Amino acid sequence: MAKIRGSIVVNVERCKGCEVCMVSCPTGTIAMAKDVNGKGYNYAFPANPELCIGCANCAMVCPDGVITVYKTKI
Amino acid sequence: MVEFSGIKEIIKPENLVYKKTNIMTENILSYCPGCGHGTAHRILAEIIDEEGLQSEAIGVSPVGCSVFLYYYLDIDWQEAAHGRAPAVATAIKRLFPEKFVFTYQGDGDLAAIGTAETIHACNRGENILIIFINNGIYGMTGGQMAPTTLPGMKSSTSPYGRDVKTMGYPLKMTDIVASLPGSYYVTRQSVHTPANVKKTKKAIRKAVNYQKLNKGTCLIEIVSNCPSGWKMTPVQSNKWMEENMFPYYPLGDLKTPEE
Repeated sequence: MAKIRGSIVVNVERCKGCEVCMVSCPTGTIAMAKDVNGKGYNYAFPANPELCIGCANCAMVCPDGVITVYKTKI
Repeated sequence: MVEFSGIKEIIKPENLVYKKTNIMTENILSYCPGCGHGTAHRILAEIIDEEGLQSEAIGVSPVGCSVFLYYYLDIDWQEAAHGRAPAVATAIKRLFPEKFVFTYQGDGDLAAIGTAETIHACNRGENILIIFINNGIYGMTGGQMAPTTLPGMKSSTSPYGRDVKTMGYPLKMTDIVASLPGSYYVTRQSVHTPANVKKTKKAIRKAVNYQKLNKGTCLIEIVSNCPSGWKMTPVQSNKWMEENMFPYYPLGDLKTPEE
């Protein structure tokens, strides 16, 4: 059976660390970084990239349009 | 641009599922983290992009948190005085009947100072789309009580909670507009979960298409959060909104055109 794999790209400087994407992610791919960006926010990043299924839930709820989503079948 | 990405092999143009639309400019939004305004802007921009309305759309931006909306969406804009956006939009629509004219207002703008303008524009059945963000508070000025503040809800000017005996009841603006004969499509949505974002996007798309029929005013209320005004984290505020705002402001269509 073909497996669906996804990948996200986070624009770190735009992220405000609101954690809404982390809560909406069904697979627990996203976590908040310990480092901060230029504005002092703990930005979101794909902590477990192998779990991503490319559902784009995170990008849908992101208030700042930070996340770009890619998806493929392998 | 600093980026953090997942598995590199998947990141190819042909695998793209979702990307911020180009109608949204590169300016960083001035809103607090987790504010529903950003999501509402983005889906509005996506609809304008997908319907090919970039050169047709004229927006009227309000006074309030979203006052700088003209920095964020790359379309034509007009700034209106506080609460007067429906009146300005009326004039624009009458001068340019072929354009798509919409206003974007918060609850302090639409339901407090602009009540008369809103009700009369909807009663006249002007062919405009009104997007109404309801977070139950004056967010920009520091979380004062608004007409839409819930009974018992604490704000900086009602520190013991809103007492309905002295301060009155919350104003259900959308219900009032739905009862007017001039309104065509009236709905209440939210943008705090992916499912609700999709529903809101569908509602905005519907309203944009109804505008082409010139049948009357469309109003979309988006129940939103205000993490800073409510003194909560974004995730907590979304939960609080589900538990407290939705029973008073139930989601769903209030007036749909008869097919």
